[in-house]
Order: sequence, then C-alpha cells, then structure tokens
Amino acid sequence: MIVAELKEILEIRKMIDRYGSILVVGCDSCVAECAAGGRRETALLVAALRLSYSKDGMNPIITEACLDRQCVDDFVEGVAAQVPEHEVILSLGCGAGVQALARVYTDKPIIPALDTLFIGETQMRGIWQENCLGCGQCKLGYFGAVCPVTRCSKKLMNGPCGGSKDGRCEVHPDIPCGWDMILKRLEALGEIDRLKEYVPPVDWSTSHSGGPRRVVREDQKP
Amino acid sequence: MKTESRLEKVLKAGHFAVTAECGPSKGSDVEALQTKGKYLLGKVDAVNVTDNQTAIVRMSSVAACTILKNMGHEPVLQMVTRDRNRIALQSDLFGAYALGIHNVLCLSGDHQCFGNQKEAVGVFDLDSMQLIRTVRDMRDEGKIIGGEDIQVAPKMFIGAAANPFADPVGWRVVRLAKKIDAGADFIQTQCVFNLDRFTKFMKQANDMGLTEKVHILAGITPIKNAGMARYMATKVAGMDVPQNLIDRVSGVPKDKQADEGIKIAVETIQQVREIKGVAGIHLMAIEWEQKVPEILEAAGLGNRPQV
Repeated sequence: MIVAELKEILEIRKMIDRYGSILVVGCDSCVAECAAGGRRETALLVAALRLSYSKDGMNPIITEACLDRQCVDDFVEGVAAQVPEHEVILSLGCGAGVQALARVYTDKPIIPALDTLFIGETQMRGIWQENCLGCGQCKLGYFGAVCPVTRCSKKLMNGPCGGSKDGRCEVHPDIPCGWDMILKRLEALGEIDRLKEYVPPVDWSTSHSGGPRRVVREDQKP
Repeated sequence: MKTESRLEKVLKAGHFAVTAECGPSKGSDVEALQTKGKYLLGKVDAVNVTDNQTAIVRMSSVAACTILKNMGHEPVLQMVTRDRNRIALQSDLFGAYALGIHNVLCLSGDHQCFGNQKEAVGVFDLDSMQLIRTVRDMRDEGKIIGGEDIQVAPKMFIGAAANPFADPVGWRVVRLAKKIDAGADFIQTQCVFNLDRFTKFMKQANDMGLTEKVHILAGITPIKNAGMARYMATKVAGMDVPQNLIDRVSGVPKDKQADEGIKIAVETIQQVREIKGVAGIHLMAIEWEQKVPEILEAAGLGNRPQV
C-alpha cells in the first residue's frame, strides 16, 4: 500500500487560505490503513482547520467528504455533486489521488494535505515500513524476499557495504541493514549460494528513470 | 603487467608497498594540495586521492590527481558511485586515463547523510562491485557497459576496499572473493586498529587462496589524540577502535597523545607486516600528511623501491 503522513496545519493553510470554501476529501484505502487520510483522519483535519481558522477570526466554508478510493475514476465521481459549490478541494489522498482528482475536476485547484512517502507494509499498529521502490523488475526471488533496492540505503546489489554494524545501517541505528536481513534469511533458507554470483548493473529504465510509467492492457479495456 | 601503473610494478616485484591518502581541498586551493603532496613526495609508491570523502564537497578527485601527478606523484583515483551515474563514471575514467592516471579505487562511498549536502540525491546507479567489473571490462575487453567498443580503452590498475571489521563477519571474506572475481587487482582495507580481527580476516583470505590473486594493503591511521580515537570508535561508519587503544592514548598527557598515536601506528605497521598475505600498507593520516615521513621512517619503510 501507499504510506503517507499528514502535513502540518500551517503548511496546508498557506496553500488554502486564499479560498473561501473548501471541500476536504479523504480516501478510505491505503492512507486510511496508515492512519493519515481515511474517514477518521479527514474528520479530525476538518475539526482542526475549523479551530485554526476561528482562532484567526476567519470562517471559510469547510465541507467534509470521503471517497473509498481517490485513484479510481468510478469512485472519484462520488463527490461530483459537491465540487461545484467549493472553490478548492483539499485532498487527503496520496499523490496519485490528488492528481486523479485534478484530472477529473479540471477547473478546480486540488491541494494535497498529505506528504506521500512510500510503498510499504503495516508491520504493527503504528509502524509502517517501506519495502518496495517499484523498480519494475522484481528480483526478490534472488534475495530471500528482502529487497536490496529498497532496504539497502545505497541500493547495493552485491552485498553489504563497510558501514553495516551489528545488523544496523550506517545511515541511522534505527535502520536495519537490508543486506544483513538478506544474508540471515538466505542462510536460514539454505540458499546463501545465491549471493556468490555477481549481479550486473540494474536496468533502471523500467524504474522512474525511464520516465513516468504507464500500463496499457487491451484485454482490460471496456 | 596489465597496466603502466607504478603501483602495479612495485607490487608485482614483491616489494612491500606504501600508499598514502591525500584529501583534496574544500575549494580550489591548489597550493594547499601541493603542500600536502610535498610531504608525501618520494615517500610513498602511490597517493590515493579521495572522492568527496564522507560526502563533503571537495575538489574533484580527477583534478586533484592531475595536480599531484604533475608534481611527480603516482595517483590512485578514488571513485565513489554515490554521486555519478554510469555515464559520468565511465566518462571520468576515460578522462582520468587520458590525463595519465593509471590506478583507480572503486568504492560505493559514505552515504550522503554524513556530509555537508545531506539533501542530495544518492545516485548509486552502480555499486562498487559493478564499478570494478566496469573498469576491468574497459581494460581487458575494450568495452563499456552494454558492450560497445572503446577507442583507446583506459588501462587501469584496479583497487577495491575491504572492511574486515564490518558485519556480518562471515560475509567479509566472501565479499572480498567476489571483488577479486569482479576484477580487483589490489585491496586497501579499512583502518586496522583491531589486530585480532584483522589477523582472522587475513587467515580466512589466505585459506581461500585469495592473497595469491590480489595484493592486500592494510589500512593504517595514526591517532592524533584521545578525542579522535573516541570519535572514530563511535561516529565513523565501519570503524572498529578497541577500548584498550582508546585507553592507551587517553592514558598519556594531552601533549604526548600525538606521539603515542604515532607509536601505535608504527607498531601496527610492524605487526601487519608479519601477517602472511599483507602486501603493503595504506596510510590514511587524515589532515596529518606531514607526519607520514616520520611514521614510515620509524616503521623501517623510509626508502621506496625504484621500479
């Protein structure tokens, strides 16, 4: 899923203060799972904005809404009736959600309320971990299902750097060394031999380096 | 000989080689670099020129190598994959060889979070292993990545780093073997303070026959004072400074700590010389290049071979 975090209220206000009516739209998918932009967080943000504006003697119209998914057209249309009544949409979707709203509601400014961070997993309540960079050529099968591109701070493909200490990354002691994880897992699986082979340079053309990516499937088109 | 490198000649002739590190200026100060270079001239077989070490912006390694070469030095161009993609790395290899640089040390580089440009993108298009292979394929196959032919291929003597003190321990010699397979001709290790661990690493390397395939130069760093020892022990990535060494330096008065640090460096050089498979030393006297002649003299390495 996509993991995101709510921006500071002041940063959001800097972008929306110029508008007199704001439609705040949550997204009840990934960003609900990471407690950043779901139904609950949308209600909280609306309350916080109202409080913040009233302290400054301002009183814009703020309407609360939430879509099941902001990144799918069929769902995006769910707020079509409310959009014309507002000058701006404040989106609690991820970057994809914000841009989907902008594509559908071409005449409205769409403002992000979240910082979109990464593709990751919920490891436990309150901890979300990045583990996929979407490089377009999944090689997890060779690395014990631990991604060197994502979990190694230097994207190293041929083993740990000299900064790996006690299983921690040189970047920060809170970051587990991705290569330490790969080695331990392959050792446990009895597949450590996989790592003796030289891994040639990665073809980054399938990643974002090749430009914005797009999947077109004729068999899926209506 | 694979290359025109003087370092290769020294090592192939079986001499105990001495290389030293020389960090370029933070700016375009040629004089400061030449002053450092003068301390080392005639004292070492080759000079390693660091590539924006610890991710701090400095004069480019290729430029600094050229300045030192013009003084009569044999430079080792350090190249990290942190700041340049494969286009820039290969292009700089062409340029470096065109300027008469015959040695390269292939590194991944300290993460940009350590330096003074923490917001920078970390490129890491290649890793150090892939860079080693790239330089070898240029030299031995005359090809760049992707297989296109080169007109006048750079013929570099290829170096790689090894850190016997990093974790996971069991992996370190495997990685060394991998670097040799990828094309490393010589290895410069992380600073040796923990002799026990270094000795074990060398034993593993000998047992696997690696020391017959590659020249290993043990990294030596003189400690200036107790503060530096503690700093290296706790703050520098990949360093292993045992407590007894920190205690030894802290145990002498402040004005004698530098002498004690040099004494330790000299003893370490003498000890690593006795270890089978150690082909030389790589002296990293950080911002202390003027002490290099004194250390080498005391270690009995004052005279460099003519090759």
